[in-house]
Amino acid sequence: MAKKHDAAIATEIINQFGAKSEMLVQVLHAFVQRYGYISEDAIRQIALELNLSRADVHGVVSFYHDFRTTEPGQHIVKICQAESCQAMGSRELTAHAESKLGIAMHGTTDDGQISLEPVYCLGNCACSPAIMIDEKVYGRVNKDQLDNLIQDCGANR
Amino acid sequence: MSRSVTVFVPRETAAISLGAHEVAEKIAAHENVNVIRNGSWGLSWLEPLVEVDVDGQRIAYGPVSAADVDGLFAAGFLEGGEHALRLGPVGDIPYLKKQERWTFRRCGLINPLSVDDYRAHGGFNGLEKALQAGPGHVLEQVKASGLRGRGGAGFPTGIKWQTVADATGEQKYITCNADEGDSGTFSDRILMESDPLTLIEGMIIAGFAVGADKGYIYLRSEYPLARRILAKALDAARDSGWLGEDIAGSGFSFEIDVHLGAGSYVCGEETAMLESLEGKAGLIRYKPPLPAIEGLFGKPTVVNNVVTLGSVPDIIALGGDAYANLGVGRSKGTLAFQLAGNVKQGGLVEKAFGLTLRELIQEFGHGTASGRKIRAVQIGGPLGAYFADEHLDTPLDYEAFASVGGMIGHGGVVIFDDTVDMAVQARFAMEFCAIESCGKCTPCRIGSVRGVEVIDRILANEDREKNLNLLNELCDTMIDGSLCAMGGMTPFPVRSAVKYFPEDFKR
Repeated sequence: MAKKHDAAIATEIINQFGAKSEMLVQVLHAFVQRYGYISEDAIRQIALELNLSRADVHGVVSFYHDFRTTEPGQHIVKICQAESCQAMGSRELTAHAESKLGIAMHGTTDDGQISLEPVYCLGNCACSPAIMIDEKVYGRVNKDQLDNLIQDCGANR
Repeated sequence: MSRSVTVFVPRETAAISLGAHEVAEKIAAHENVNVIRNGSWGLSWLEPLVEVDVDGQRIAYGPVSAADVDGLFAAGFLEGGEHALRLGPVGDIPYLKKQERWTFRRCGLINPLSVDDYRAHGGFNGLEKALQAGPGHVLEQVKASGLRGRGGAGFPTGIKWQTVADATGEQKYITCNADEGDSGTFSDRILMESDPLTLIEGMIIAGFAVGADKGYIYLRSEYPLARRILAKALDAARDSGWLGEDIAGSGFSFEIDVHLGAGSYVCGEETAMLESLEGKAGLIRYKPPLPAIEGLFGKPTVVNNVVTLGSVPDIIALGGDAYANLGVGRSKGTLAFQLAGNVKQGGLVEKAFGLTLRELIQEFGHGTASGRKIRAVQIGGPLGAYFADEHLDTPLDYEAFASVGGMIGHGGVVIFDDTVDMAVQARFAMEFCAIESCGKCTPCRIGSVRGVEVIDRILANEDREKNLNLLNELCDTMIDGSLCAMGGMTPFPVRSAVKYFPEDFKR
């Protein structure tokens, strides 16, 4: 997922959105889609081409949970932390994942395979607790199933 | 040659999260089977819910896992054969039969991406009627229906639309708030995944009524499947002439774009959503001016929730009175309640306003998933109050809930069993506010952080009475001083937890 910043590709992405500043949130999504995160180089170029200050772009990047500024793992495991999933044991599931992976929320495993992220509701509340791995949602997840899914992500553990 | 049998397997997040793709794949591998990926009926506890068309009747089986498929074929399920998972005709399942479906009546029934299927079940009848009868008629019918904003605020939709229609300016916008961030809610998602054309039709009607030619759906990024389905549904609507230039030969043109949110809860607040749609950080705006006067890019803008807009097409097709005949008092029509959390039978329940919370939880939810006693119920999302057993007989209508210090909000009902620690839940309400506050106003930004600290001191038994008083005062400050519901309503779950579950704060 993580690729090096490429000015020509960046321009191409920005132009897909008409190089309009009101499309900044959508542009940033496209960068995350391609690179996994928003690099300093990306912020610089987006600011220049959308005629914004770097502070403007940084302000938007830092506001939204989706826009990370560090490289994520190969897979992002999001565990819902909201009330419905709490009622079905998401706190215990989270603690299990943290201990299993040896990282805390927002962390990435040493082998670069998995990043663990909190999420506040996946809209799968009738089947709590819910998690999302990359773009796939899983419902009524227990510890064993989580272990299997983590295994499928190819983490060395 | 034997004829092919149609089998329906939902392509909907809850069903997929429990293995619907794998089930569909395994069924499709059999000969003479035509698998249709429908949406969901909202019976999430039975997902994946598979249906077989047996001589025009849809026989349901569920919950079906991939491991069950061979057994189902062996039991002759293509002919509706007996099996432990057989539920009978889908419409006879009590959970569905007891509902009053209006907005969600096509969910599960149709192929969400087929305009023909949509048409065959009354789709675009509302838009057709609107285009014939004119914007004035639409505004009248929406007002007559008594429809109120289903996002949670409950503002009368007809009045909002009239304000935008009356506002001066060439450019106006329709924005759909699909940033369904409240825990325990998923009705927007189910509608967008199961019957997206209803939302599209509702937005076009809104545009026609107020004189807007452009609509935006602000969709939360946590809903990737809804994003893909909406994109396809918008294409299907365009290809069939129901969206774009000169809709159905009426001379009226309307276009819709989907913009993604980026994981911010507060962007569900309408002005923060507008900021985000303009590409900015989701800092809320001062009101007035109302978005109806100065909204997106400073232009008059309708901001409506998915379910609100999705309720409109049939209001126009069947008349506002038909909708207003449902419900009680000033809460007209239906609401799609969502049963979530520790519940045995979780899912979507569309009912006319007026049944009690207890009826909803007992008759549909059938108690907790854990089998333990229900201790607390949070209704209306993370900013909604926690209720104990004594309040469950409150009728579900906006005013009745306001009178007991709560709100129905977007209709989410999250059930907790007797293992819940309400002090931990109160602390989480403050913590969530601290994480998600946009930071514009002090009571919310700082108050929430102080709130976590005060609750920690109470739990550590540090000057407990003094700190409980301080928490109460802090709640007053947040309620009175915050700019929007984020800081202004976070005290609801906190205070209700302290009030109805005081023993949890005295350990």
